[in-house]
Amino acid sequence: MSTIMSSLRRADEGRARAMTGLRSRWSSLPRAWRIGAIGAFMVLLYSLPGLNIPLIKTPDTDFTSVLFLCAVYVLVAVGLNVVIGLAGLLDLGYIGFYAVGAYTVAILGSPNSPVVVKFPWIVCVPIAIAVAMLSGVLLGWPTLRLRGDYLAIVTLGFGEIIRVFALNSNITNGNRGINGVPVPSEANWPSWMTWFPYVSSEKQIFSVSNVIGFYWLALTLVVLCILGVRRLERSRVGRSWLAIREDEEAAEVMGVPTFKYKLWAFAIGAALGGLSGALFFSKQTFINAQGFDLFTSILWVAAVVIGGAGNQLGVAVGAILLAYLPERFREFADYRLLIFGVALIVMTIFRPQGLLPSRRRSVELEDRAKEASVVE
Amino acid sequence: MSEQLAEREPLLEVDDVTIKFGGVVALNGVDFTLYKGEILGLIGPNGAGKTTCFNTITGVARPTTGTIRFRGEKVVGKKRFQITRMGIARTFQNIRLFPEMTALENVLVGADARHKTSVVGALFRLYRVRVKPEELTEVTATGGMTRLAQQLSRTGQRFFGLSRHILEERAARAKGMELLQLVGIEGRAGELARNLAYGEQRRLEIARALATEPHLLCLDEPAAGFNPAEKESLLALIRKIRDTGVSILLIEHDMRLVMGVTDRIVVLEFGKKIAEGSPSEVRDNPAVIAAYLGVPTDAA
Amino acid sequence: MNFQFLGDHFVSLTVTGLTQGAIYALVALGYTLVYGVLRLINFAHSEVFMIGTFVTTIIWAGLGFSVGDAAPGTLGVIGLIVIAMIAAGAASGATALVVERVAYRPLRKRNAPSLIFLISAIGASVALSEAVGALTDRQPRGMPTLVVPKVQFSFLGADVTNLQLGIFFSALAMMIGLDIFINRTRLGRGVRAVAQNPDVAALMGVNKDRIIMLIFILGGAMAGAAAVLYDIKVGLTTYSVGFLLGIKAFTAAVLGGIGNLRGALLGGLLLGVVENYGAGVFGNQWMDVVAFMMLVVVLLFRPTGLLGESLGRARA
Repeated sequence: MSTIMSSLRRADEGRARAMTGLRSRWSSLPRAWRIGAIGAFMVLLYSLPGLNIPLIKTPDTDFTSVLFLCAVYVLVAVGLNVVIGLAGLLDLGYIGFYAVGAYTVAILGSPNSPVVVKFPWIVCVPIAIAVAMLSGVLLGWPTLRLRGDYLAIVTLGFGEIIRVFALNSNITNGNRGINGVPVPSEANWPSWMTWFPYVSSEKQIFSVSNVIGFYWLALTLVVLCILGVRRLERSRVGRSWLAIREDEEAAEVMGVPTFKYKLWAFAIGAALGGLSGALFFSKQTFINAQGFDLFTSILWVAAVVIGGAGNQLGVAVGAILLAYLPERFREFADYRLLIFGVALIVMTIFRPQGLLPSRRRSVELEDRAKEASVVE
Repeated sequence: MSEQLAEREPLLEVDDVTIKFGGVVALNGVDFTLYKGEILGLIGPNGAGKTTCFNTITGVARPTTGTIRFRGEKVVGKKRFQITRMGIARTFQNIRLFPEMTALENVLVGADARHKTSVVGALFRLYRVRVKPEELTEVTATGGMTRLAQQLSRTGQRFFGLSRHILEERAARAKGMELLQLVGIEGRAGELARNLAYGEQRRLEIARALATEPHLLCLDEPAAGFNPAEKESLLALIRKIRDTGVSILLIEHDMRLVMGVTDRIVVLEFGKKIAEGSPSEVRDNPAVIAAYLGVPTDAA
Repeated sequence: MNFQFLGDHFVSLTVTGLTQGAIYALVALGYTLVYGVLRLINFAHSEVFMIGTFVTTIIWAGLGFSVGDAAPGTLGVIGLIVIAMIAAGAASGATALVVERVAYRPLRKRNAPSLIFLISAIGASVALSEAVGALTDRQPRGMPTLVVPKVQFSFLGADVTNLQLGIFFSALAMMIGLDIFINRTRLGRGVRAVAQNPDVAALMGVNKDRIIMLIFILGGAMAGAAAVLYDIKVGLTTYSVGFLLGIKAFTAAVLGGIGNLRGALLGGLLLGVVENYGAGVFGNQWMDVVAFMMLVVVLLFRPTGLLGESLGRARA
């Protein structure tokens, strides 16, 4: 038994050796240091709205609102990463789930919606997540048996259907929209929090004019979701997803219920998408059919792949760039998508594994390139 | 011989299986039985339907007519992963590992077939199991934050037990290493499967299949591309596996290997069973010699 | 829901649908050709079409026909259309070729996974449409009314105009031409060979890179022709015109069986007709929903599309 344990340890070390550069240096640090560094980084993230760092501040928009948007986009990317990065399913209509989550909160929680009920936020959000998840299962059930490329077009269609529905259905009020989307709490800041800049006991914790509360809430949810997805990734579930990505048929023969796990990935992704939508529109307090276009959905996919599909830190960076850069450089507003498009092409040619790739993907890409050069 | 077999417990019963692909009859009324604890060889010239037969048993292909029973239960119509969970595991003629996973992870995927934890269990870890004191996290660090963390988790585990997820992972890793040791590549556990040598990959496939805890292990030409020494050690491995209580169905081209290791042999030709019996019986069967071995004197 | 309307206008909805569908089908050919050979969703194909719509207006304006100008006589109109088709076909084909060179070929050399191709395609699509958007100040651009719709004959109570006939039959003619080219000529045989097994085709002496260039040019030229027909029909274009039309055309390609030329034709026409019926029953705003619903339903029962995937090997 002890020989087995020692070779097991050697196996883990061998795996660590396979990692390169920064990553290996990071994982070779003592655990206490790593915890400390992550803790310090978290403190920095939470205090960003109160810090006055030049250069990164956005000139034309409230910086905290931009931070909130970044956090929401990271949440979107974490969810989309489960679908694309972990399970290897191409979902181009992810915004559909985002819209489902957002509208569920608006319809159930707003007094001005066509549905008379008015539930508090804390009730609406779990329902929104559940409804989004259900829509994911309903969409995935028939389509996940199809080939990957077809999934792309079917999900695209789903996104478009949701948008058209939002625009034309009575329950969503179309372009006139629904206002009074509930906020998590109507309370004011407690006085013991007023030491933080921009926080005062006369202000509501959650309001459009003072977004710090929303930012902290979003950041907390992001951290929880990242940890949750990490748990999945390192369990039997993540292993099954990886096996499906590599050889679906062999995985099935080895006892992996592939359809079930693909459906789970879809459902988890949908749930996180629904949560992000619910969160974003709680802050806006107003929702209409604008802002759910497929184009945004496609940009999200691009952000995930550019950041480094499969690596949560990478997709977070991709999402932050997508949310932050346009706000920081408003003066280029007319050209920003043009620049973005060119950047996508350049990225895929020079750094196809993404900015912060997952270990496996960079190895895979290298190997594929080697094979290609042998063939040539 | 037949009286002796009748007392043995049948494990796999292939009954009158016919498969047609379009106009081609790949298998024609094949039937044979594999008894518990034996090594059954399935041989035949190229295109005889060996692999098709194999695919039918493991659910990859569906018979046009006929039934297959495993431990008395019908196999036909079950999904592939369900068949694996019933206790049939297989390897592939052209190796199909998960290339970007380490050897150990490949085996873990097989072991997952027996795991109960799924998404909810892995995410929330609410299903707790009481554990003995020696299974708790060891405090190994000598000081500082790490030691504190270890002590805290130890205390936590004492009160709340460990989650089934953690226990399963732990057990699977230990079992995975044992299997890698069994097939003789435990030193390569942390290596990506694609970086393993050819022979190691074949052995890893066997370990991965065994991790699903099968009653029946189906090997599809496991010695393809092996030199005589490697074949010899593979023979030893197959016997060792049988001795752990796993029955084996073996497709093989190499006559010497089949004759040397199998208890009984089924011979297919053009989708039909033409002979069945002990290696010596099959070797002397004129139909087999004519159909399969070609020039009689060269046989074996 | 208004089934009464559908019943009353069944034939005229069909005629409108076939006209629209013919344009979908022409664009769908580009998706299907590229997918059939490279297994790649050429996302930028929608912008190839968009470029065609602009080149058409520019050519016409250059020849002295801008918004509001009166159309010349019948022969003049035909001349203008033919010139526009050649120019737009050339421009779109060239655009497609540039996309292939810049966005795809470097990745192909490195054997990148399909997800990376898709991102590069998205990048090319965004860059093209935004570049045109920046050049045109994001303003729509009109063009002269070259063909005044005139009822030619009535069929079962539905009026069929010269415009509809012209669009439908010129699209059909081009598709038949392409079909003959792929199935009967030496180059076409090369295309099919590469689609079925690129490596073996290369061993047999087919120049794979040239074949790939060829399919991009062919698909682009078809999109350019579709762009001219679209311009005549709609009379207006803008930098974002390709997006939805591209998605519809791709849907049509999948519907008919992607990689299958005749499937693109069938898928395009069917999509055009069914979405018009849907619009008739549920109202115009639900047109796209009906189109996608049909796609899902068809894929459920025929996972490889109506006619299956024939240009390339049938996979899985």
